[in-house]
Amino acid sequence: MELYGVEVASRLLLGTAQYPSPAILADAVRAANVDIVTVSLRRESGRLREGQDFWSLIRNLGIRVLPNTAGCHSVGEAVTTAHMAREIFATSWIKLEVIGEADTLQPNVFGLTEAARILSDEGFAVFPYTTEDLVVAERLIEAGCKVLMPWGAPIGSGKGLNNPFGLRALRAHFPDIPLIVDAGIGLPSHAVGAMELGYDAVLLNTAVAKAGDPVAMARAFAGAVEAGRAAYLAGPMESRDMAAPSTPVLGKPVLAR
Amino acid sequence: MKIIVNGAELELDVATLAAALEALDYGDAVVATALNGHFVAARARAEAQLAEGDRIEIVAPRQGG
Repeated sequence: MELYGVEVASRLLLGTAQYPSPAILADAVRAANVDIVTVSLRRESGRLREGQDFWSLIRNLGIRVLPNTAGCHSVGEAVTTAHMAREIFATSWIKLEVIGEADTLQPNVFGLTEAARILSDEGFAVFPYTTEDLVVAERLIEAGCKVLMPWGAPIGSGKGLNNPFGLRALRAHFPDIPLIVDAGIGLPSHAVGAMELGYDAVLLNTAVAKAGDPVAMARAFAGAVEAGRAAYLAGPMESRDMAAPSTPVLGKPVLAR
Repeated sequence: MKIIVNGAELELDVATLAAALEALDYGDAVVATALNGHFVAARARAEAQLAEGDRIEIVAPRQGG
């Protein structure tokens, strides 16, 4: 998979929040064998310096980071956060979130497209957290996005793929744009479903971090993503409403008395 | 003068953003800064003049999804 000119082997992207401990986070990242983790920026105190140990842990993992603009509700906030992220993480990659609604944390797609245009023009590689809306997707691509990240379901809900029809339509409309399902994945079966639809990758956090055994769940998701991708490439059969016998009808002995 | 640092009002006797970071013991910590909602690059902090009531945000890498 190629994301903004970078060849990426793993089709699973993992968030770094909510793990029981930093050690379990590191073990989960290794178990999932991911190439990319998401990170954020939060207020730092000169006295406590809580972010420094975290950053040291992430750097030691030796993998690529995708900073987010989580919690930003306006274009200005998101753009400033992206600027800060670019300096601190030394990457032009930005997972662009402009949140529009507090209960669903769904993207404000109007602000999102505006921020995407500003940041793309400034040379950022924008990974927009969006919906499955085709028109919004078109606008984001016009704004300069070369990757789209539609939600499966609201962030942290674990509901899976709320709108498989919409996701399938998005895949069909944009066959050449890397598409990553971001948010709402709760189970490995959801990840398999996304990959079977032909999605290029899956980004998740809570499903692993809040599992009883995050490291084991990270491994399960890695397997799920591989299985789903392999199934997509293998060409799944068409589903049908009525039964069709799999055992040959021809040659069945007549045994009726 | 009164400066709002990460949401808290502080009394700081400094002229620039760089001086504020030093006064607040950030030392060599990896941080990024914004002044009144606008990003200020590390190399520009020494020239970023502060005025009464300015809002500074100082952030660092943290867990994220």
